[in-house]
Amino acid sequence: MGFCDLIQLVISDTLDSLPVFLPELILCFTIFVLLLARVVLGRIDISFYWTLAGLLIALVVPYGGQPWRILRASDELLRQEIFTGMLVYDGFTLFMRGLLIVFAILLILLIRLTNTFDRRDGTDIYTLILGATLGMCLMASANHLLMVFLAVEMASVPSYVLAGFRKTRRVSSEAALKYSVYGAGTAGVMLYGMSLVAGVVNSVHLPTIADRLVEIWPTMSMEQSFVLGLGGMMIMVGLAFKLSAVPFHFWCPDVFEGASAEVNAFLSVASKAAALALLVRVSLGIGISSAPALANGHAVNDRHAVQSAVVQTAPPDGVSSELSLAVFNVADRASGDSDNASETSLIPTSPTAARARQETSIEEAATVQAQLPGFIALMISVIAAITCTFGNLAAYGQTNINRLLAYSTIAHAGYMMMAVPAALALALDHPESAESAVASLAIYMGIYMFMNLGAFSIVAFLRGALGSEQITDYSGLFWRAPGVVVCLSLILFSLVGLPPLAGFIGKFAVFAALMNGYQLTQHGYLFALLIVGGINTVISLFYYLRLVKVMIIDAEPEGRRPVDFSLVSLAGVYTVLVTVPIVLFFLRWEWLSRLARSATDHLLS
Amino acid sequence: MDNPTFLLSFIVFAPAIGALILAFFPKGNADAIRLFTLAVTIAVVIPAVILALPESYTGFSATSFDLGADSMQNVFRHKWIPSFEIEYFMGLDGISFPLVLLTAVISMLAMGASWSITKHVKGYCILFLLLETGMLGVFMALDFFLFYVFWEVMLLPMYFLIGIWGGPRKEYAAIKFFLYTLFGSVLMLIAILMLYFNSDLTRLNAEQLMAANVVELREFGSAKEAFQDWKQSDPLGREYERKKAEKQAAPENEDKIKLHTFNMLALQQMGQHTELFSVPMFGCTLQCWAFMLLFIGFVIKVPSVPVHTWLPDAHVEAPTPISMILAGVLLKMGGYGIIRICYPICPAAGLSLAPLVCGVGVVSMVYGAFAALAQKDFKRMVAYSSISHMGYVVLGLGVWSASAGNFYMADYWNMGVKGAMFQMIAHGVSSAGMFFLVGVLYDRVHHRNLDEFGGIYGKMPLYTGLSIVIFFAGLGLPGLCGFIGEVLVVLSVWEYSQVLAVISAAVVILTAGYILWAVQRVYLGAEYRGPHEEALTPIKGRELAVAVPLVVLAIWFGVYPDIVLRYMDPTVDRQVEELVSWRKRHDNQPQVKMETGSTTIPLGSLVRRDGMQIDQIGMNDTLHTSSIEVPNRIVDANTLPRPIWLDAATISSP
Repeated sequence: MGFCDLIQLVISDTLDSLPVFLPELILCFTIFVLLLARVVLGRIDISFYWTLAGLLIALVVPYGGQPWRILRASDELLRQEIFTGMLVYDGFTLFMRGLLIVFAILLILLIRLTNTFDRRDGTDIYTLILGATLGMCLMASANHLLMVFLAVEMASVPSYVLAGFRKTRRVSSEAALKYSVYGAGTAGVMLYGMSLVAGVVNSVHLPTIADRLVEIWPTMSMEQSFVLGLGGMMIMVGLAFKLSAVPFHFWCPDVFEGASAEVNAFLSVASKAAALALLVRVSLGIGISSAPALANGHAVNDRHAVQSAVVQTAPPDGVSSELSLAVFNVADRASGDSDNASETSLIPTSPTAARARQETSIEEAATVQAQLPGFIALMISVIAAITCTFGNLAAYGQTNINRLLAYSTIAHAGYMMMAVPAALALALDHPESAESAVASLAIYMGIYMFMNLGAFSIVAFLRGALGSEQITDYSGLFWRAPGVVVCLSLILFSLVGLPPLAGFIGKFAVFAALMNGYQLTQHGYLFALLIVGGINTVISLFYYLRLVKVMIIDAEPEGRRPVDFSLVSLAGVYTVLVTVPIVLFFLRWEWLSRLARSATDHLLS
Repeated sequence: MDNPTFLLSFIVFAPAIGALILAFFPKGNADAIRLFTLAVTIAVVIPAVILALPESYTGFSATSFDLGADSMQNVFRHKWIPSFEIEYFMGLDGISFPLVLLTAVISMLAMGASWSITKHVKGYCILFLLLETGMLGVFMALDFFLFYVFWEVMLLPMYFLIGIWGGPRKEYAAIKFFLYTLFGSVLMLIAILMLYFNSDLTRLNAEQLMAANVVELREFGSAKEAFQDWKQSDPLGREYERKKAEKQAAPENEDKIKLHTFNMLALQQMGQHTELFSVPMFGCTLQCWAFMLLFIGFVIKVPSVPVHTWLPDAHVEAPTPISMILAGVLLKMGGYGIIRICYPICPAAGLSLAPLVCGVGVVSMVYGAFAALAQKDFKRMVAYSSISHMGYVVLGLGVWSASAGNFYMADYWNMGVKGAMFQMIAHGVSSAGMFFLVGVLYDRVHHRNLDEFGGIYGKMPLYTGLSIVIFFAGLGLPGLCGFIGEVLVVLSVWEYSQVLAVISAAVVILTAGYILWAVQRVYLGAEYRGPHEEALTPIKGRELAVAVPLVVLAIWFGVYPDIVLRYMDPTVDRQVEELVSWRKRHDNQPQVKMETGSTTIPLGSLVRRDGMQIDQIGMNDTLHTSSIEVPNRIVDANTLPRPIWLDAATISSP
């Protein structure tokens, strides 16, 4: 195959990938126009409306203008790799993108309502938010280590700027600096880890890495496995930073204290959701090999189904399997990997070759296939347990509401991460249960979005009304602004995970996934995680309840400026709008569960 | 009123709807708010009482509580979250119905006692009504998830009711209550998930599915038709068929294919008729752990020593009506959980942990009584007496699993359970009464120091008379409600352990000691000369309206206990009967003889004929195995793989 043929293949593949990538392109176009508009239009500020329109269009485009078809749309969607395997497009991509865009819409409405930022800065803020959202969409669909790095950076860099956007405040600048230094450091470590992994396995394409790992594992030397382990952990460092998982959480409380509540909402919801999606992608991508060397037959079929799905996106010109081969090789070369990239042929072209390989390494492969995800799952479990416990314990002593909520988000990242080990442990023998474990994470994220957005938006509104973010200044607030305190209390109890509030559903789903995982695989660490999660629920009650107690039971401080915050105002309506789902979701969460389930239906097959 | 869905939903959610309406009331008019709340609580009592009355009085034939029936009544099931098989599933039987009635009545009386609350009346009434919804829901829910939700729903209002309207250390008491209960309920949640993921509806046969109300029997048509119909038309039934077919297609995956359920009645059937919950787990069986986790969760609520410490604090700090609710209803939820969930779902664990349960009960009784003797605070003394009295409930339920050798004394088990049930109702009346009467006194003199009282009789003769009746009911004086439950429990314990019986009987002396001593110190003696002497006015009409019904109930239940027992008898009889028969199967494992060979097959094995799973082998089943080869030697029952598939075997029952 000549160079021209390769170029041809890449061009046709790219052209085929573009339609499903349309929402991201719309976001790009929105950013582009936003930046230009200031030059062309001068003083007329259309940024808010334009951003809103761009986001809305990006939201409805994948469903042919009918977003209510979301269930059916993701139901029918098979996993397919786009842009020569750089990204993956499946129900989960669709779900995460929808979540992120809905959140971005709610967020820019909030920014519009709170007036924290100068109106003239509007364009900048919206641009940064759109840019970060774009990066996060890519994070949620990354299928290639290079893409992982690019997406993480694309999401992070605008976040650094957003963190420092309260320009007149020193603490805000400090937050931005801390965040960017920390982020740059961990990104460097992650990149180094990626290069180590790539060096050992000769690939940066996640499914290829998984296949190669199974292949080389039995014959690997000490040095190789050491380098591989080190590389894996370094990649985990980068992910842990985005997740604000212990011990890479130090930036989180400081940044949250310095940045405005609106930005905190963005960092705690969108950034975290994208990081979790990326964790799912990377851990399942690297950990779960779907190579034909699998012992159980159904996975072989699944692999072929995937292959045919990939092929279906290509033009029927008869070179389909060569196409995907070539395409992956291009991807490998592009990353400057190694010269013998053609050896990393991931898809055996002839069934006989596959069978031959299957016979030789079938037993080793089976053990490796169980060992590798087990190792990754254990690593994530330990981090999740520590993150969750640390976050909850550290939150207790906080006096600033933003810091308290920062530790709360750390703890919640821990709860959410717990679903990933369950999915990893189940993925090989019980792919359906593994998918529902990821679905439980999706349910949690969907609810968490409303909870944290609600909490931070109320903090933002109250900052306007009180001029303070200290918890002591919230004393007795109930008797001044009962409506908003009731809303915040509902959100806080939802964060604890008490029924009949939606937060319970998320916890219930994740705990159920852990129990199911334990019951099917008998891995003790899943049960241990369940216990840790349960105990943490009780611990977390302490500080959430303290905040509620301060607002409702404590006496009002002397000399606080009169609080004027009624639910009958735009801000009030917004507060109610984000709080009401927390109550209503609980009554009918079947659709959320089905949505999450259909989003993850083809994650592993 | 003839539609169970509407009726039960109304009883549960009327208070919640009332709370919603209250939220739109103007703040100023406290009396209107109180009256409205009282009206809502009365609106809950009315349908509950109508249910209790015989059909001939009310004319509601379909919903009237049938005294003769031993199964669930007024059952309804609606899909709620199909992806987890969670249902909106409620019903009443002899165990839950008396408690529902108790809840409705005590709530009404507690609301009547709430006129003393003057701070933030609107908030108080809203929370009070939400609390009532939670309590009623717990007793009616038959879906485990739903049960858990109601169980937790009542936490929040309770926290605020203690935390805002409580005494000086209200915040400490409220958070202590919340943390203890939440800890218990988290353990319960883990147990619920354990049971859920090990449950398998396909292991139940038609009869068991009907007992679990999964398959509904209709007025016309046979049970078989109903089962067939269910398998064809109900989504769950189709899923049942599909999973069964899957199992037959892949017998090696038999243990992996499961149809999970949160249906508590189905879980009971599985616990008693299958081995599903007997899988090993961390050196014990799964049901052993589930029992422990659930038991801790419930016993925190009861509460028993050593997890009782939240109760005295909560009671002392809570306002009077909330103390009434707390002692009268909330504590019963623990006992209800044990009787409804722990034992029927985990019978084997209940059997092996009987000494623990009985021990916890007796220790609570003794400790609570001694602690009550030592108290200086009137309300704290009553709180410790609650711990002591609820110990009888735990003991009575624990005796349940007792027997001696091969002789199954269902009568004693039965007596213990009935005693525990009666004790719950009686304690609901007497403790609510005690807390109310202490509250009446506190409202006047603003202290509760036992040593500073004395001679109340002279100032408030009528109040003293009522008090003495209620306190004597708590003491367990024959002729009053406290006596029946205690005597039934103590009698039933005798067959289980004479030592425990002697101890529990001796506790009655301690009880008499602290109650008589308190009565003497508070009501008798020289004229009251303590603080606020001038405020000791005779009992008011509104207070009488709360106290007199409680006194009447205390006497009525004591003189004519059948009025309570008749509601619970059939259900308790049946449940005990089922557990006895489980116990017989469990102990004897009588083995089935095969006609052609001599293979012995343990009871409960699965037998398949013509590719169809028939049933587990029952006690009197004979296997005709002429057409298959049977090894001609005795096979140890324990070495046989389970389940055993015998193709072409037939079963016949004599």
